[in-house]
Amino acid sequence: MNNMTEIDKRKIINVVALSFSCAAATLGLFWLTFILADVLRHGFTYITPELFLNEAAPPGMAGGGLKHAFIGQLLVTFFAILIGVPLGILGGTYLAEYGRHRRIGRFISTLSDIMISVPSIVIGTFVYAIFVKPIGHFSGFAGSLALAIIMIPVVLRTTEEMIFLVPWEIREAAFALGAPYYKVILQIVYRGAATGIFTGILLAIARIAGETAPLLFTSFNNMFLTTNMNEPMPSLTVTIYQYAMGPYDDWHEMAWAASFVVTLFILGLTIMGRLIIRWKYKN
Amino acid sequence: MASTIKREQNLDKLFSIITFSAAFLVLAIIVSIFISLFRESLTAIDAFGFFGFVSSTAWDPVRENFGAATTLYGTLITTLLALAMAVPVALGIAVFITELCPKVLKPIFGTAIELLAAIPSIIYGMWGLFTFAPLMGEYVEPLLQRVFEPIPIIGQLFTGVPLGIDILTTSIILSIMITPFISSIVHDTFALTPVQLKESAYGIGATRWEVIKDVVVPHAKTGIFGSIIIAMGRALGETMAVAFVLGNKHEIATSLFDASATITVTLANEFTEADTDLYLSSLFYLALILLGMNFLLLAIAKTFLARKAKS
Repeated sequence: MNNMTEIDKRKIINVVALSFSCAAATLGLFWLTFILADVLRHGFTYITPELFLNEAAPPGMAGGGLKHAFIGQLLVTFFAILIGVPLGILGGTYLAEYGRHRRIGRFISTLSDIMISVPSIVIGTFVYAIFVKPIGHFSGFAGSLALAIIMIPVVLRTTEEMIFLVPWEIREAAFALGAPYYKVILQIVYRGAATGIFTGILLAIARIAGETAPLLFTSFNNMFLTTNMNEPMPSLTVTIYQYAMGPYDDWHEMAWAASFVVTLFILGLTIMGRLIIRWKYKN
Repeated sequence: MASTIKREQNLDKLFSIITFSAAFLVLAIIVSIFISLFRESLTAIDAFGFFGFVSSTAWDPVRENFGAATTLYGTLITTLLALAMAVPVALGIAVFITELCPKVLKPIFGTAIELLAAIPSIIYGMWGLFTFAPLMGEYVEPLLQRVFEPIPIIGQLFTGVPLGIDILTTSIILSIMITPFISSIVHDTFALTPVQLKESAYGIGATRWEVIKDVVVPHAKTGIFGSIIIAMGRALGETMAVAFVLGNKHEIATSLFDASATITVTLANEFTEADTDLYLSSLFYLALILLGMNFLLLAIAKTFLARKAKS
């Protein structure tokens, strides 16, 4: 009899613990739907054609848009990609090929992992110190540089991992034909790892597209449309922060609409990246 | 023929040097971040020293007296509270994915949780400021206050006027943000448990929970520990979500319903407004301290996870 209750007790504990696990999973899904539904609801309500067509109106006046911020965001992100992607891919190539068995390669690989977690606002202060302060004003390039620094270790690590997945024997087959190492990398390894590297780039773009903190003291903000990267550049994210903290209702509405666009873009990229990985590396 | 081979060798050398320089850049950037932040902090280091700065609760731009104690306190308290809330939930989610989730739903559910990590922090901030904080301030916090304030000692944590812009709201939002980091790493290490170990435990009559508790979790100890430290680093450095809902108040808060300030929020709000050298230098000093803490934590986590990977 006593034995029975012992088993019952264990069964009850089992059910309780597993229910907690299910509850935790439900909680995770609950937050995701809560946040996404909220962003979608507000976004759909406040999104208008003027948002994309008009520039900012003077504070408190109706009819403004965020065209300047959209263009600024695109420019800053574009130049960040231009700097960050090639450097990341080349660095990752070294780690997975020439530096595969060297101590410095392993060390830099670990260091990149740590660098991925460096708070982005610290990178903003760093770029302020080495770029903004010497030239004496905020600039779009400084923002791109900050985002590129965030991007490099991400692209580098995925490139390294994706190149590792290319079987070594394929390289040996090419070596046997007399191909030099750099040609093997450029013409064979890159071809094998292309999808993976591309996915890594998509995810890295998704990562920097939502960054706000590193732009606060680098590209700063600007209420006017500009394509001069040497001037303070508006961006969607910094504008969201400024408008949300501001006192006007129409600012809040535009901040919601911008949040909606940013979220949709980033989640779209992330899901696309995941789908490509699943499709390519199914086995 | 000989010249072609020579040329190819030179090109190969060139390509290896180019790739090496790109990889070396990571090291160079990290070293120069440390050096330049240190150089910019020198004015503040000269003025306040290290222990003087870290232990001083002053933050007075007018009299130019700065200390890191209030912001360090705010950073640590929100991070620890967020961890306390995130760890059990994240472990629960990891157990759910590895042991309970039907196989068809696994990728969908896994992606859903990872989307939580993909949502940018500014969106958490927007949602926190306009939706979550008002809910907390109007319903949740008054309820908590009614229940807990009469209790001696613990009651102190629930005093003050609950406005929703406070430590509790911030910690909850942070905990949502770091949960997917912990759960995805833990899930990966859970999946490494040898099936034979689990089956032998089932074979001697263990329940599912007992297998998880006594076989899977001990086997994944280092992974769990490493993931918690990585999540901690993430919470320490989180800026935008916190900037919206913490209130930026330089005081040592004693209640969960008090506003506070973290290092990151102080940087975000005051960096462009710093009008004196000492003010700006003190902000750089804060950034240096944050970087130091973060780097140390991540290095520890990496060593742990690397040791696990080796064994």
